[in-house]
Amino acid sequence: MLIDMKVNGTSQSHDVEARTLLVHYLRESVGLTGTNVGCDTTSCGACTILLNGESVKSCTVLAAQAAGDEITTIEGLASEDGQMNRVQQAFQECHGLQCGFCTPGMVMAISSLLTENPAPSEADVRIGLEGNLCRCTGYHNIVEAALAASRVPEMQK
Amino acid sequence: MIPASFEYVRAGSVDEAIALLAEHGDDAKLLAGGHSLLPLMKLRLAQPAMLVDIGPLRELNYVNDEKDYVAVGALTRHHDIATNPVALANVPVLAHVAGQIGDPQVRHRGTIGGSISHGDPASDLPAVLLALGATFVVQGPSGRREIDAADFFVSFFEVALSPDELLVEIRVPKPSDGQWGFEKLTKRAQDWAIVGAVAVRTVDGVGVGLINMGPIPLRASAVEAAVASGSNAADAAAFAAEGTEPAADFNGSVAYRQHVARVLVRRALEKAGV
Repeated sequence: MLIDMKVNGTSQSHDVEARTLLVHYLRESVGLTGTNVGCDTTSCGACTILLNGESVKSCTVLAAQAAGDEITTIEGLASEDGQMNRVQQAFQECHGLQCGFCTPGMVMAISSLLTENPAPSEADVRIGLEGNLCRCTGYHNIVEAALAASRVPEMQK
Repeated sequence: MIPASFEYVRAGSVDEAIALLAEHGDDAKLLAGGHSLLPLMKLRLAQPAMLVDIGPLRELNYVNDEKDYVAVGALTRHHDIATNPVALANVPVLAHVAGQIGDPQVRHRGTIGGSISHGDPASDLPAVLLALGATFVVQGPSGRREIDAADFFVSFFEVALSPDELLVEIRVPKPSDGQWGFEKLTKRAQDWAIVGAVAVRTVDGVGVGLINMGPIPLRASAVEAAVASGSNAADAAAFAAEGTEPAADFNGSVAYRQHVARVLVRRALEKAGV
């Protein structure tokens, strides 16, 4: 079936099977491999993307369900000249990653969190990231990065 | 993991969804947020020939104050219930529990109607709705009917919906006062409850629900009766495991779960002011 959606501001139209998961549509049809497949069971959050501005796990959404919707992936956050957005910058400055596998999902989950709660406490961040697993960092610097990003005005993308 | 092949149809209205169900019978399954059904399909534990996607139907996405009760559209997402002013003001226990399901990403997709219709005894919302004495409105080819929450959960993953019926609305009587308690034991924050308990003051007395203590979500009737006859929280909670048949698995034995149920019910009752 032909599935249309807008990904990072660009219209996409691809003919895929109805059973195609959104994460595979993004990685294989659109060609954006920044979104990782981790556990593939709605647990780890590595595949987190924004669906109409809200964080969702793209391993548990059919591409068909997202037809007509607007998707943002990790590739869609930086500006056209390559300037990273505030969450990405904060990850770099706070050393919020080690192996980096969970990072795209973490960044997308934090972006959604900051939309819903622009000034989160540390507890808000930890609870807000309960759907994202990291096996390297112990979370400390990820939480620091989220808090640092929240202190930067959003227009500084 | 990729589901087995199926035909996908997006229903444009409730009536169209029901017509599709009537036409395709057991071959068709409703898809709401997909956060119960899609994991089962990925594991090939479910292989429906057709998915009828009702997720985008705006007409079933609402939380309304109806004086005696709060009406929640079946396709209202957990996140939207958790943050809804009408739910927060009138049924705070429902808003709180909706905000405890899974994780933020799950709550952005999962719906109250999908969670209930799935009939999983480990789900949080069914036990809360049992304790609150909710009524479910279902619609089929011949119109609407109401089912008490107490009659809705039939057996393990089986509910009182006919194959051509759709859950359209959840009617939640307003609790009598603001006191309630919800307790959930999980190993990780986002997990299903190993055991959960909810206590809430309703116009009919204190309602107590149990999560994951048998093949269906349960009301702790013996606890409710003890509270009604004047027992304190500790004495009433001693009856929490009565009539329960929890599963034994890697998270705990039957005896462990029954012990945890007594502990959590006591805590929930205390928070509800018993």
